[in-house]
Amino acid sequence: MPATYTPTETDPRSRRRDPEDGGNGRRPPTDKRTGGGGDNDNWNNRPPGRRGPRERLIRYRLGLFFALSAVFMFFIAIISVFFVAQSTGHWDANSRYINEWLPTTIPPLLWLNTLVLVLSSITIEIARRHMFHEVDVMEEWLGMGKPSTVRAVPWVIATVVLGSLFLAGQVAAWHQLASQRVFFRTSPSSHSFYLITGVHAAHLLIGVLALAAALGGLYWSKQMENRQICVDCAAWYWHSMGALWLLLFALLVFFQ
Amino acid sequence: MSLPFSPLLPIDASAHGPALDRHLILNLAIALALLAITHLILLIGLVRSRISTQRSIWAVEYLPLAALALLFAALTIHAERLWASTRYTGADPAALQVEVTGLQFAWYFRYPGSDARFGTTRPQLADAPAGNPLGLDPADPTSADDFLSSNLVLPANREVDLRLEAQDVIHGFSVPELRIKQNAIPGQPQHIHLTPTLPGTYAILCTQLCGLGHHRMSANLRVLPQPEYQAWLKAKEAAATQ
Amino acid sequence: MNRIFSTDHRTIGLQYLLLAAVAVVIGTIMSLMMRIHLVWPDRFLPIKPEDYLALVTLHGTLMLFFVLTTAPQSGFGNLILPAQIGARHMAFPLLNAASFWLTAVALATLLASSFVQGGAAISGWTAYPPLSAVASAGPGQGLGMDLWLASIALFGIATTASSINTLTTIVARRCSGMTWQRLPLTVWGWFTASLLSIIAFSVLLAALLLLFLDRHAHASFFIPAGDLVSGTLHTQGNGSPLLWLHLFWFFGHPEVYIAILPGMGLTSMILANFSRRRVFAYRTMISTTLLIGLLGILVWGHHMFVAGLNPFVGSAFSISTMAIALPSSAKVLSWLATTWRSRPRYTTPMLFALGFVSLFITGGLTGPILAQPILDQYLHNTYFVVAHFHLIMAMAGIFGLYAATYYWFPLIANGRILSERLGRWHFFTTFAGAYATFLPMHLAGLAGEPRHYSQLTGMASASSRLLGRQLPLQDFITHAAFLLAEAQLIFVVNLIQTLRRPGHASNNPWDATTLEWSPPIAPDAEPSVHREPCEYAADGSFSPQWEPAHKPE
Repeated sequence: MPATYTPTETDPRSRRRDPEDGGNGRRPPTDKRTGGGGDNDNWNNRPPGRRGPRERLIRYRLGLFFALSAVFMFFIAIISVFFVAQSTGHWDANSRYINEWLPTTIPPLLWLNTLVLVLSSITIEIARRHMFHEVDVMEEWLGMGKPSTVRAVPWVIATVVLGSLFLAGQVAAWHQLASQRVFFRTSPSSHSFYLITGVHAAHLLIGVLALAAALGGLYWSKQMENRQICVDCAAWYWHSMGALWLLLFALLVFFQ
Repeated sequence: MSLPFSPLLPIDASAHGPALDRHLILNLAIALALLAITHLILLIGLVRSRISTQRSIWAVEYLPLAALALLFAALTIHAERLWASTRYTGADPAALQVEVTGLQFAWYFRYPGSDARFGTTRPQLADAPAGNPLGLDPADPTSADDFLSSNLVLPANREVDLRLEAQDVIHGFSVPELRIKQNAIPGQPQHIHLTPTLPGTYAILCTQLCGLGHHRMSANLRVLPQPEYQAWLKAKEAAATQ
Repeated sequence: MNRIFSTDHRTIGLQYLLLAAVAVVIGTIMSLMMRIHLVWPDRFLPIKPEDYLALVTLHGTLMLFFVLTTAPQSGFGNLILPAQIGARHMAFPLLNAASFWLTAVALATLLASSFVQGGAAISGWTAYPPLSAVASAGPGQGLGMDLWLASIALFGIATTASSINTLTTIVARRCSGMTWQRLPLTVWGWFTASLLSIIAFSVLLAALLLLFLDRHAHASFFIPAGDLVSGTLHTQGNGSPLLWLHLFWFFGHPEVYIAILPGMGLTSMILANFSRRRVFAYRTMISTTLLIGLLGILVWGHHMFVAGLNPFVGSAFSISTMAIALPSSAKVLSWLATTWRSRPRYTTPMLFALGFVSLFITGGLTGPILAQPILDQYLHNTYFVVAHFHLIMAMAGIFGLYAATYYWFPLIANGRILSERLGRWHFFTTFAGAYATFLPMHLAGLAGEPRHYSQLTGMASASSRLLGRQLPLQDFITHAAFLLAEAQLIFVVNLIQTLRRPGHASNNPWDATTLEWSPPIAPDAEPSVHREPCEYAADGSFSPQWEPAHKPE
């Protein structure tokens, strides 16, 4: 009787994880071009535009970059509406040209919020850099613990907290304005104020959710590169929203 | 009327129209010629036997492009001059003032009356069944002699300054025979000026989608010889001040 | 379930094409209903005026968004683009599936809007406020308008996501050797159209949001103070209806190029392939594609010459619009030079590509006329404009789609080739129908007939006399439109017949050189590219892109 061969149970999910993987071994997620000789995965001499060691990371970053350019166009449209609304008037019954634009006073709380957002950008950048710290990354890739993830997690959590704080601060600022009887519907200027802060807050909420998702990814994902992508993309999105806020805030403070 | 294509257009009853017509016909002729040339090249190229010589990109592409650029530039310059002559400047101060207001779905034409000043309108006062569709303010002394007409009546050969307004949504004021078209926008009055030349009755159309009655939002333009216009004006003014 | 909610780009591409087919059938039926009503107002279809305008709105929205944007860009983009650049997958398969299903929900929302209280929106696909901003402005301007806004917003998000996917795929997923200059012109068309999409649709989304706030949150971005619509008085604010026009046309004009650029690229490649020649001035074709895209976002004001724009601004937009004629002319010259004395093979895709060239020229030549503000002040919103954009965008766009369908059918349907005999019939009837329908509209426009009119007679003014004269012409156009629509039945027959037969085509039935026709390679091997497309030798042989430079002897 021939020996029966029982194939070992393999987790089918881990096979499906990277359909593009040709089966010739995963590349380490660092961009060093010092791969040892002898292996045939051609990673010293990678073909242009494809299949580098960071192919997936670059792809996700690129997608995020295009998405962010769409977001920026959205805000450019909103900003141009701000300027148009500011400079448009109408003729009243006595043929006088009336411009109803009365600047909305910025609640001082917004300065504090801005500081919080700048801080959160710093914390997420620290987290992002931890995910790319080379020695840790190699160790983590080899399966020897999760040193970079362990170091990044507190900073991501700090960013989530700071981001939520900013959002809470924005809501508080709206309440302050509302208590001064400045509502969205009050005047053209308050339309623009609430619109700009509201639309930005919505985008920041998406950012907080993305950070939370990244935390989940750090916890559950089995691949180093996935974890890097989670933090990296969330971080770039967060930075962009932070920079955008500085622009919008400057607009609201200096250009009303 | 001897120009080709001109039978395709309605008769021209405005002072700026003939130059516009000539330019339009020139453009149509050029477009038609280019259409014929390109299709001929396409067809001849498809029919004749195959060759495989290399052609220079200069002869095939850059040179014709330069010629087209010159052609388009010339057309643009001429068109801009015509546009500038009608739109860059305002009306003559002595021009006849008429206010045109579009509202769903009618045109109203307001004449300032003998004081040559339009009275104030307030939208809160607008009440079409009571005979005040524009909301003319009776408290304003200049509004007393203003009168409304549902047809636009203009004297021939006198410049008219039309103040276009809309009460509700965007409307398009268009008179094909006068070769004029301009949108009337709520909250943003527009001025256009022109000189009708040929007496007659012409259609005023709405050319901006304004709701379910868009197609029936039309009025008549009556261009009258000067004496008849004066008689009409006198009768209207007399009726307004009573 | 896995087949329906698939993340496979080919399945998604087919789903997009199916969705576009549903939209084009509904949109065509609507246009025929309008044609019938216009010529025989009471005989067959007693349509109420508001329903006519709802048809106008739905026809425009369906055709422009759900046919001319989705089919070339997302449909064929998903089906062919990855294969053409040597990628096995799109960059983000899950996002791809999500964009399709969002688009499907958007279509369902739009169609549902005609069944709600008051019916579908009646303000046209351009939705100018205050007509679109005030519920009292018309019967469809309540819930119908809200659903329209929701539908277009969903569509915009889906298209942006799909464009991000396309762009990332093109940038990051080209196979080895596929340099930018070796990219087929179709890919350049998709690339530029996607760039325009992410720029334009986000501005539209902002505008939709503002309009929604005007409608429901007492904002006044577009409604001026003192605006009185059917008894609803708007008392305050600095709103400007022109602001919407600016935002909308900043999106709306690039949208036209989004619809036509992939067709331009495909036409170039098909003309070259069946003429067995390189595309004349390949590099220039790439740069004109990008230049048309760039200029396309700088010309929106030419839709607004008589809409209350400052006349000086009108002049500026007139010049930028005239400038766009040059890269377009360069493309036409290149097409003419590619086919000149080439004795091409007249396959059906080639015929449709030639038809594309003809329609593009005919529709394009009226562009410079309309770009001159002084002439636009006569022709604006007349049938002349309708003829212009239907020829250059709708008809050329459809011809591009048919060329794509006939050309790529063996790849889509397992080696089946659509019948060439029926294809030729389809081409000639469609070509004749397109010209017979839209050429006479120029005459109606020159005579001053405005668009959007649900009837031409019966008004109590001189307009009945002016417009009534156009009835015989409109009668002819209606008959021609029916010819055009019926010609499409030939295609349906062809499709059904072909699908019932087994496929027998070889791997590369058209002797093409681009990568989508390469023979299948082992699943773990990577395709690679060794040359530019369109290398045809004088003796009839050709070197496809996947062939190594030095053949192993």
